[in-house]
Amino acid sequence: MKIHEYQARELLASYGLPVDKAYICRNVEDAVRAYKELDAPLVVVKAQVHTGGRGKAGGVKLAKDEIELRQHVASILWMDIKGFIVDRVLVGKAVNIASEYYVSYVIDRKSKSTILMLSREGGMDIEEVAHTTPEKIHKIVIDPLIGVPDYLAREAAFKLFDDIKLVREAATIFQKLYKLFIDTDASLAEINPLVLTEEGEIKAIDAKMTFDDNALFRHPKISSLNEPTEEEKKELNAKSKGFSYVHLGGEIGCMVNGAGLAMATMDMIKLYGGEPANFLDIGGSSNPTKVIEAMKLLLSDKNVKVVLINIFGGITRCDDVARGLLEAFHQIQTDIPIVIRLTGTNEKEGRELLKGSKFHLAETMGEAGKKAVELAR
Amino acid sequence: MSILIDKNTRLIVQGITGRDGGFHTAKMKAYGTNIVGGTSPGKAGEMVEGIPVFNTVRDAVQETEANTSVIFVPAPFAKDAMMEAADAGVKLIICITEGVPTLDVVEAYRYIKLKGANLIGPNCPGLISPDKSSVGIMPTMIFKKGSTGVISRSGTLTYEVVYNLTSKGLGQSTAVGVGGDPIVGLYYQELLEMFQNDPETDSIALIGEIGGDAEERAAEYIRKHITKPVAAFIAGQQAPPGKQMGHAGAIISSGSGTAAEKIAAFEAVGVPVAKEPSQIPDLLKNRL
Repeated sequence: MKIHEYQARELLASYGLPVDKAYICRNVEDAVRAYKELDAPLVVVKAQVHTGGRGKAGGVKLAKDEIELRQHVASILWMDIKGFIVDRVLVGKAVNIASEYYVSYVIDRKSKSTILMLSREGGMDIEEVAHTTPEKIHKIVIDPLIGVPDYLAREAAFKLFDDIKLVREAATIFQKLYKLFIDTDASLAEINPLVLTEEGEIKAIDAKMTFDDNALFRHPKISSLNEPTEEEKKELNAKSKGFSYVHLGGEIGCMVNGAGLAMATMDMIKLYGGEPANFLDIGGSSNPTKVIEAMKLLLSDKNVKVVLINIFGGITRCDDVARGLLEAFHQIQTDIPIVIRLTGTNEKEGRELLKGSKFHLAETMGEAGKKAVELAR
Repeated sequence: MSILIDKNTRLIVQGITGRDGGFHTAKMKAYGTNIVGGTSPGKAGEMVEGIPVFNTVRDAVQETEANTSVIFVPAPFAKDAMMEAADAGVKLIICITEGVPTLDVVEAYRYIKLKGANLIGPNCPGLISPDKSSVGIMPTMIFKKGSTGVISRSGTLTYEVVYNLTSKGLGQSTAVGVGGDPIVGLYYQELLEMFQNDPETDSIALIGEIGGDAEERAAEYIRKHITKPVAAFIAGQQAPPGKQMGHAGAIISSGSGTAAEKIAAFEAVGVPVAKEPSQIPDLLKNRL
């Protein structure tokens, strides 16, 4: 789950990290009030959207007086950045930057742990740095049983700073950020850039946090910050019914049991020249109620011309699955052609039950893919 | 032989009195798995499917000399269950539970390693050594004893591949579902090594999917250390970036973790990649 920069800044501030006060504004008048409150020679206006690349898109601008501020706020509000509409901007004091750094905690699959990532190349797209100059990124694996003790935080801080006073300051920042990361079950806690100002202070200028969806059950406050897009709402709604759904945009709707098989089914459709409309994993069992709900979801996508149902009968045997499908389709009225591929335990009995029905039956995934593609033409 | 589980496996089921735990206990027992006990705090003395229930894993291990545990407890309690098994001296811990918080797995994994044990999962279907032992939720009837080792991040896709293997006469030595989360226990590298060293395994099917770079690392490991034929399948070529495809770990982030990169990595080291799962048996047979 993603949150906005201003929300991440608030979390950082609540953990004692050095974040300047800034104001969230929903209109020009709010911004003017914030500007007066800040009383600074230079302020920055930043679009608050759930995507990166705001700067490049023109969503971050500096203003040196009220006229500029009004112009920038008016131009950034309601801007479209990669499909996200800006409905809030953050207005804060601009700082005099002497140098910029990158700091983040992230889950690392390879070491199966949290890692602290650091770089002197702050303020840039870190993936770009990782790609072109990987030697400029330091990765420190954190042992979850000891966390970030003083010595480790210092060791890390020496990678960015030489002055011992700054090292100590940075070390404390790394420890506080780790505590926030762990306490909130984050999957990313990033400060980019962390800056050293010309006045000699260390400050977090931008913050980004994402959270582990599997842990949201124990973080009601974080969960309440969720702002799903229309597409994500559909996915969340599917999730509440026990499905995993992702819209893709093609013409062949897919209903599959199991995530891996569902992905393989999408790939199969493409292999035979079609376009999958979605990813849909209906989970282990395939009882009639689930199939009916899943069909409703698929048919709500008006691009869908054919539905391909690919079920592997494991513990739920194919004959039971077939009975479930017949019962479900007894209740669903649709003219859309349905291709069913049923395989696994008791597949012969299952297919026998479906014979003579209006379904197009296939034995292999390849055959099902081909049929669905032909029917969609 | 086989890897990880066989006739010497002495299994306990954590969460044996729950709906899933009870259901799969009956299935595993019917297959011939040696289940020696189960745990459910406060229910010591009860029996499930004729299997004694204990309050703690430590009690269960003391009474039954269990060496393997399978976990069916709900996600919020999975970390505790994994650590309890490790602390009681269980050397192979299989966590079936889906939806376990990632940082819980990070912590439990570290503790399990510290205790010298191995973890499989979470969010996995378990593993099976056909005709010897089944631990988890795999549909045993599609498996057949044989010499192909199977490693997979998925559930039903594994069954699809196994079904194809079995129907084309390639039985399995052991099939392991490693789990679909970003952080899980035993992975490609460790399992490839075990299959390479297992005299009963003569070939390996590897089923990967989008997300992370474990397949790329596996390809490199195969190039250096594996002499037995390997064939692969990678799911998710059509997956859009930034979207989780069912499994928590199946996500293309910042342009990396794509199926194309993984397929290229395998092909570069001479591992054939099937275009569809049904091609795997022939790809292996051609190289045996």
